[in-house]
Amino acid sequence: MSAQAINSDLRRKKPFRFQSDWGWAYLLIAPTIIGLIILNLYPFVETIILSTQKSQGLGAAKFVGLQNYEKLFADKQIWQSTWNTLYYMILTVPVGVFLALVLAVLLNSKIRGRDVYRGIYFMPMVVAPAAVAMVWKWIFNAEVGILNQFLGLFGVATINWLSDPNTAIISCAMIGIWSAVGYDLVLILAGLQSISTSYYEASEIDGASAVQRFFHITVPLISPTLFFVVIMRVMTSIKQFDTVYLLIKSTNPAYKKTITLMVMFYREAFEKFNKGYASAIVMWSFVIIMVITAIQFWSEKKLVHYE
Amino acid sequence: MTTAAITPKRESAYRRRGKIGIHIVLLLGSIIMIFPFIWMILTSFKTQGEAIMIPPIIFPANWNLSNYSEVMRTLPFDALYVNTLLLIFWRVLCASVFSSMAGFAFAKLEFPLKKLFFAIILTQLMLPSQVFIIPQYMILSSMNMLNTIFALVFPGLVSAFGTFFLRQFYLSLPNDLMEAAKLDGCNVMQTFIKVMAPLTKTAVMALAVFTALFAYSDMMWPLIVNMNIDKMTLAAGISSLQGQHSTKYPIMMAGSALAMIPMLILYIAFQRQFIEGIALTGTKA
Repeated sequence: MSAQAINSDLRRKKPFRFQSDWGWAYLLIAPTIIGLIILNLYPFVETIILSTQKSQGLGAAKFVGLQNYEKLFADKQIWQSTWNTLYYMILTVPVGVFLALVLAVLLNSKIRGRDVYRGIYFMPMVVAPAAVAMVWKWIFNAEVGILNQFLGLFGVATINWLSDPNTAIISCAMIGIWSAVGYDLVLILAGLQSISTSYYEASEIDGASAVQRFFHITVPLISPTLFFVVIMRVMTSIKQFDTVYLLIKSTNPAYKKTITLMVMFYREAFEKFNKGYASAIVMWSFVIIMVITAIQFWSEKKLVHYE
Repeated sequence: MTTAAITPKRESAYRRRGKIGIHIVLLLGSIIMIFPFIWMILTSFKTQGEAIMIPPIIFPANWNLSNYSEVMRTLPFDALYVNTLLLIFWRVLCASVFSSMAGFAFAKLEFPLKKLFFAIILTQLMLPSQVFIIPQYMILSSMNMLNTIFALVFPGLVSAFGTFFLRQFYLSLPNDLMEAAKLDGCNVMQTFIKVMAPLTKTAVMALAVFTALFAYSDMMWPLIVNMNIDKMTLAAGISSLQGQHSTKYPIMMAGSALAMIPMLILYIAFQRQFIEGIALTGTKA
């Protein structure tokens, strides 16, 4: 049997494995692979097909070629939302990761109560985003919200946090940073704790200052973790939906300058039932994610230091 | 440390001052992190009049529970809790079991087309979940399964991330164990269940925490598949409060507090498992 021939060939190379049990292996991977094909591979292809169709509500779909994409690129709101999404990313990722890094370094300095601090910073992660959004809506309330009341003590004029077209997205970004900083901190702190103290001891003997140690030891050694955190944050910020969807209703004057691509996608797909157009929007955000991912992996080679 | 031993006095004074500075920064940060929650709880006990008072008052005159009873009349919280719990239970169970099986097979077994199958896993990891949503919804709708717990669980029946994550752990387990199990007469399944899987307990726990957190906070999917309020999760259910009580902040805060408390209690009880689990998913993946 040829299968046996292949088997014995494999056995010679890797003697400790169960080569003769392909059946078991297939059984073990079957649920995951079948699941992924039904839940992900087929839907991905289907989304591409849908994006070339026009279907309103329950009516039969009709092939329209690239019409959805023509409409997409002619739609001013798409470009605005693309910018909103990227702007949200620019506002949240660098500040959020930087804050998380600083806090992680501080927490790593063998201080008392480290677990308590870490626990507090991580807390927003265990609260439903809808609850987070509501409490911040209340804090940001222009007339009676506590934030404007507090700033008023210092003579700051009323700020329309969530309804001024220029500040609404910044307010959403602040909520985003507040929600995620603890998560990033936990990942970075784990990375910091895996750095051997011998590096620091050696550099201290050599007379390196704290700042020098930070930039020459901590940053290079933590760079793989930082890279991972940045990638994850970029991904989640491009997919931003919850906060903006909950806080910026279509009657809000800041609506156009705040809504993200995912909010547009959701409204087109599940409020207006334009599956074709919605699929084109989601394909467009897919392209953006791919481009940004490619840029990140290209920069990884230059910036990230692997031991 | 070495320098501390050479110049003990100066170093320790310097260190102590530095530590006070660190505590001040961390405390300020902690206040910003915790204040919204305190404000949520305080507001939830106020009357509408107290909540919108200028200048604001910190504590309500009476700690009245009427906002809680009002919000419980508006939303079926018992159903929301049960649905959220079932969603988390099934997602965690499916992710742990199926990902363990596949993770083990990809790490320790050889079989034809292994690379192709693994590529399917990696592809899913690369793609944003929203590209699957409309077809996933259409599948459920054609099966007449909208507004069910199954619909909530559906996209999380299997986990590419979990498979990838657990594969990393199985890779780190020595092949000698496999050989020893084989010599003892175990077949592949017995080796997996009796010898290998028990060694990945920490990793499976981490995956469980990760899966539970994201299942709990996901809002878009429950909003799409379950229109019926009795079949919603907490995350999606309380978002509907905004429409009904858009300016009644004390009621909205009471609803938010009710949605937050169960997970918060779990978090406080199992803080270490939560945080170390999340740290593990970040460092190994």
